[in-house]
Amino acid sequence: MSNWVEVCATDEIDEEDVIRFDHEGKTFAVYRSPDDRFFATDGLCTHEKIHLADGLVMDDIIECPKHNGRFNYKTGEAKGAPSAST
Amino acid sequence: MSQIVIIGAGECGARAAFGLREKGFAGQVTLVGAEEHLPYERPPLSKDAMLHGHEPKLVSEAACYAEAGIQVLTGLSVESIDPAGKSVRLSNGGNLTYDRLLLTTGARPRPFPGFSGASNRIRTLRTHGDAVSIRTQLQPGKHLAVIGGGFIGLELAATARKLGAQVTLIEGLARILTRGVPEPVATVVAERHQAEGVEILCGVKIQDLAETRDNASILLEDGRTIVADLIVVGIGAVPNVELARDAGLAIDNGIAVDQHLRTSATDIYAAGDCCSFPSAHYGGLRMRLEAWRNAQDQGTLAAANLMGGAETMSAVPWFWSDQYDLTLQIAGIADGAAEIVRRDMAEGAFILFHLTADGRLLAASGIGIGNAIARDIRLAEMMIAAGVHPDRLALAAPGTKLKSLLAA
Repeated sequence: MSNWVEVCATDEIDEEDVIRFDHEGKTFAVYRSPDDRFFATDGLCTHEKIHLADGLVMDDIIECPKHNGRFNYKTGEAKGAPSAST
Repeated sequence: MSQIVIIGAGECGARAAFGLREKGFAGQVTLVGAEEHLPYERPPLSKDAMLHGHEPKLVSEAACYAEAGIQVLTGLSVESIDPAGKSVRLSNGGNLTYDRLLLTTGARPRPFPGFSGASNRIRTLRTHGDAVSIRTQLQPGKHLAVIGGGFIGLELAATARKLGAQVTLIEGLARILTRGVPEPVATVVAERHQAEGVEILCGVKIQDLAETRDNASILLEDGRTIVADLIVVGIGAVPNVELARDAGLAIDNGIAVDQHLRTSATDIYAAGDCCSFPSAHYGGLRMRLEAWRNAQDQGTLAAANLMGGAETMSAVPWFWSDQYDLTLQIAGIADGAAEIVRRDMAEGAFILFHLTADGRLLAASGIGIGNAIARDIRLAEMMIAAGVHPDRLALAAPGTKLKSLLAA
């Protein structure tokens, strides 16, 4: 189990919310879904280098705080402009 | 229906073209643009692109258009539209016929009265070429004078300071950002600019501009003269309606469209900066927005309706500006608000909620470092769209999650 990295306690993330987690020079976004499961993605939006953890989580979707690019944080799928066409 | 022509290859036109394919349109899509570049993002032009972008940030790469089967004709303008014959005449003498036509002709900078904007020393900022040209003149020791305290002028002022140029910004009204930005937010912006060394002169009237081989100058009515290496005029934009007007389409502060983005002519639609539309959230008030998000939203909506849909424009207006490390965001239109509730957040960030007399949320304006206010402005936008009457005390309390007020 030595490869496990502690991110936070589960109660540090609200349901349907996200926090930022930085580790070894990389930044991540860690999510707690409405059905109480945990997910992690790259911390930065694909459109511009913006921290997704500042964005809004609604259901399974994280919206970039800058331009509302939308991603499904469970699958990584882009759900709308500006992320989809770039 | 087999041919759709889109006139205007900016954010809106590009979004509409891709939107047609995303919704399954199988006919011909032709996007015509007067600029040499593929559609690119204009917001960076006064911000990062001014610092280090040598090529414009494209909305989509060339391969994406090819893959989607979108024909893009760049460097060509449209001379005229024949609504009866359903064709458009191009600047190279060619014609395109259409089953449905979308006008995304955008807007152009309002020139300073008596000046064309074509000079290198007294100019405007709208295109990638403008940004490149301005950047070459912004160096330490150079003096930039900006006319107009709106988003573009202020963003350019911030960028010019980063490049080491001296900056004077002149605003004719009593404060900067009078259009759509509440005073407390504008004050934060003004104070930051002053702390960064920008000289802001408000309430001053300009008598004339002058240009020599070596400099340009602004003569003020109070007798002062401001001498600069470069003057950038940022006093708003005017919609590009000439093509539509000459074709007989109704014009009302832009190409007039209905809630489905249909113009007064059969099978012709308009979207983005060039059109005025009845706003769903503000009692049908006719408005025209010059905004990146609106260009995207209306481009996407136009695509659906060009294909026979009857979707209505329901997005809440949304604007943003980046200056230094500050980001300002506004959702909604605060006109007609009877009350303002302030929510103070960490590190000086705050949001003003603008409510009607009966407590309905009309707009929210916020400012802070980075994306401090972004999530709550997004939630406010959803609350405005939903027509909620949020609890004032909850709005003001930073510990209350706005998400919990969505259903109010």
